[in-house]
Amino acid sequence: MLRYAAPAIVFAGMVAMFYFALGRDPGELPSPYLGKPAPQFELPRVKDPSATIGSADYAGQTVLVNIWATWCVGCRQEHDFLLQLANSNAIPIIGINWRDQRQEAITWLRQLGDPYVASGYDADGRVGIDWGAYGAPETFLIGPDGTVLYKHISPLTQQVWEQEFVPRIEQVKQASL
Amino acid sequence: MIPELGHFALILALSLAICQGVMPLIGAQRGDDSLMALARPAALGQFVFVAFSFGCLTWSFLQSDFSVLYVANHSQLELPTIYKISAVWGAHEGSLLLWILILAVWTVAVSRYSAELPLSMRARVIGVLGLLSCGFLLFTLLTSNPFERLIPAAQDGADLNPLLQDPGLAIHPPLLYIGYVGFSVAFAFAVAAMLSGNLDQTWARWTRPWTTWAWLFLTVGIALGSWWAYYELGWGGWWFWDPVENASFMPWLAGTALIHSLAVTEKRGLFKSWTLLLAISAFSLSLLGTFLVRSGILVSVHAFATDPSRGLFILIFLGIVIGGALTLYAMRAPSLDSAAGFRPLSRETFLLLNNVLLVIAATLVLFGTLSPLLVEFASGEKISVGPPWFEIAFVIPMLPLIFLVGLGMHTAWRTQDPRRLFAMVRTPAIIAVVLGVLVPTFFYGRFSLMTVVSLIAGFWIVAVSLLQPLRNLRREEGAARMTRSALGMTVAHLGLGLFVIGVTIVSTFTVEEDISMVPGQKVAVAGYDFELKSLDRVEGPNYNALEGLVEIRRNGEFVSELRPQKRTYRVQQSPMTEAGIDVGWNRDLFVALGDPLGNAAWSVRIQYKPMIRFIWLGAFVMALGGIVAASDRRYRLTAAARDKQGVVAGEAA
Repeated sequence: MLRYAAPAIVFAGMVAMFYFALGRDPGELPSPYLGKPAPQFELPRVKDPSATIGSADYAGQTVLVNIWATWCVGCRQEHDFLLQLANSNAIPIIGINWRDQRQEAITWLRQLGDPYVASGYDADGRVGIDWGAYGAPETFLIGPDGTVLYKHISPLTQQVWEQEFVPRIEQVKQASL
Repeated sequence: MIPELGHFALILALSLAICQGVMPLIGAQRGDDSLMALARPAALGQFVFVAFSFGCLTWSFLQSDFSVLYVANHSQLELPTIYKISAVWGAHEGSLLLWILILAVWTVAVSRYSAELPLSMRARVIGVLGLLSCGFLLFTLLTSNPFERLIPAAQDGADLNPLLQDPGLAIHPPLLYIGYVGFSVAFAFAVAAMLSGNLDQTWARWTRPWTTWAWLFLTVGIALGSWWAYYELGWGGWWFWDPVENASFMPWLAGTALIHSLAVTEKRGLFKSWTLLLAISAFSLSLLGTFLVRSGILVSVHAFATDPSRGLFILIFLGIVIGGALTLYAMRAPSLDSAAGFRPLSRETFLLLNNVLLVIAATLVLFGTLSPLLVEFASGEKISVGPPWFEIAFVIPMLPLIFLVGLGMHTAWRTQDPRRLFAMVRTPAIIAVVLGVLVPTFFYGRFSLMTVVSLIAGFWIVAVSLLQPLRNLRREEGAARMTRSALGMTVAHLGLGLFVIGVTIVSTFTVEEDISMVPGQKVAVAGYDFELKSLDRVEGPNYNALEGLVEIRRNGEFVSELRPQKRTYRVQQSPMTEAGIDVGWNRDLFVALGDPLGNAAWSVRIQYKPMIRFIWLGAFVMALGGIVAASDRRYRLTAAARDKQGVVAGEAA
């Protein structure tokens, strides 16, 4: 009688799925582009809708691409650190303002400071999806050849920066020498 | 020394649980009375040692014994005493111990109030509960020992997660667990029935009150959790479709279906295999919820510390418990179903529809909760499913269910004359339609189709639920009164109606503003004037806070003064929002401090929430209905007394 065995069969399928899910680290969300070329994008700038910012603007450089939004608490947390990075000229930071209101984003940048070379205005979140964004803030390290070298989810801190980003940036520098 | 005693007591409890789980089951299979008689003393002994162990952990918290790792991680010297106690279940290890304690209490209750059960049935039920307890005790001792020492001891603790330092959250987990674990009793009854191959209407009558008690605790637990999220998370929402919430909601839906299906099995001897499956599902979903939350498989906003090795253990445990029960079901259920029929218009039909719709709802919630996993399994991508999806998916089965409830309540078993039914519900139906259109137009000045339909649904159930009690009041002395069961059902449905009304009005007419304010500034929201008078620093026992003073006036008349806080807990340095809420029966005014925007300006979230209290009121009324129904005297009668009563109580309810 298949009718009575069905619950057990469905449950067996679920157990198999859970077993698969257990094997992965919940904190480490894979980016489909890790080690591969980052997706191309071109967006109107937040502060100046008539100009654009996109992949072409940073070709050949090592940059950070930071996905942020004014509704995101973690973005506010990391904001001071991003400013610090920008002020020390450590690396150019390109912003993608994700699923946000332009006016609120401008107010945010004016009140808290603007660490970005420029921020692209991604109102409908399409570019964010292309980049495999799971939740803001996310920070991508992009090499001079346009590949994604590293991806960090959740607020960027001094510790993460030194442990994960600095060594990779050094590596790229050495390789290009 | 105390922690070691606690640890040792837990090991003793495990050995007693093994005895309780193995001997009575063997005895019941062989018909050996002496082995079956072991069930009760073993259960009592297990309870004593678990309670002792729990006491030891509580003692360590009260003493601030920071040589115990768990205490050092989740307490602190300055923590108020009440939170030192609630910190016992504030994290994984301790909450597991609480879970085991509650299971032991349920088991003792079953063995105490099961005198009328046949010896073999009782032995099987207690034995199954013992096996469950074995699993949890092993899990605690092997992967999550709360008594692990920290040497050298810490000077001070790392403090309890500030989110949990709140009276609502101190009592929410115990109530929720009483509900979760309570379904283990229905589960044990189901497994016992399948083992014995004997499932009759008496079985359903034994199972019903236990299920109702578990269900009503779960109802209150969920309501408290929602209430807590509302005032503590600072968003002003009351339900987020977060995996943890879904984990408690799925067993609730299955449990609600089970209660209704049990009614059919008890009264008419129908739906037997279906009832069994629901009894297994309600508890399985409780376990599944725990697993999903603890293993880190689903990331949640209020997740406990996650650990893959624990996840693997729970998965194996789940596989044995649920897989075993379902396999048993596949083997035994086919022989249990009876072929007795019923007319299309009868209470059986309505309860069947109720079950189908509730199970669809539970499946949709389960699907939504697991869909990120399913998608990742299929394509390697990560997605998340948000509240909009759940809201739509959930309303589709629920709305028809709510309309059907009103009809089902007044339909007789076996067959019902349609004309009499429609004559009975005509007046409440008219009242519901009138109120459903008038209330939004008159009080809130606008309406949409969805709002009107949902409100009609809400008023409909309220009106229909009042029908029977009102007629009862009018009836002459000496006429047959409503049984407790019937009254309980009516009260619970009334609660459902209040809940639906609350949800509809809150979700349609809430006014929400996020604004930047400086002290002295005024802003008008929903006809109320909010003035931020000042911002001051205040100090709590273990936190510093910035406190806003917000005065609310309406047409110049003073309404209330709120003091929303932004707290920083000294040890964990985490910011916490303490909203200021002015409570009224028909509306809440909600003010929460956001973040500093510079130049003395703060972002402030102001909300006007009409009828939000009805959401929790409705849930509590539902639970009250559960208490009334579970106290029906036919559950307490001994077999002999019932024989004397004969069929008098038989066909009621």
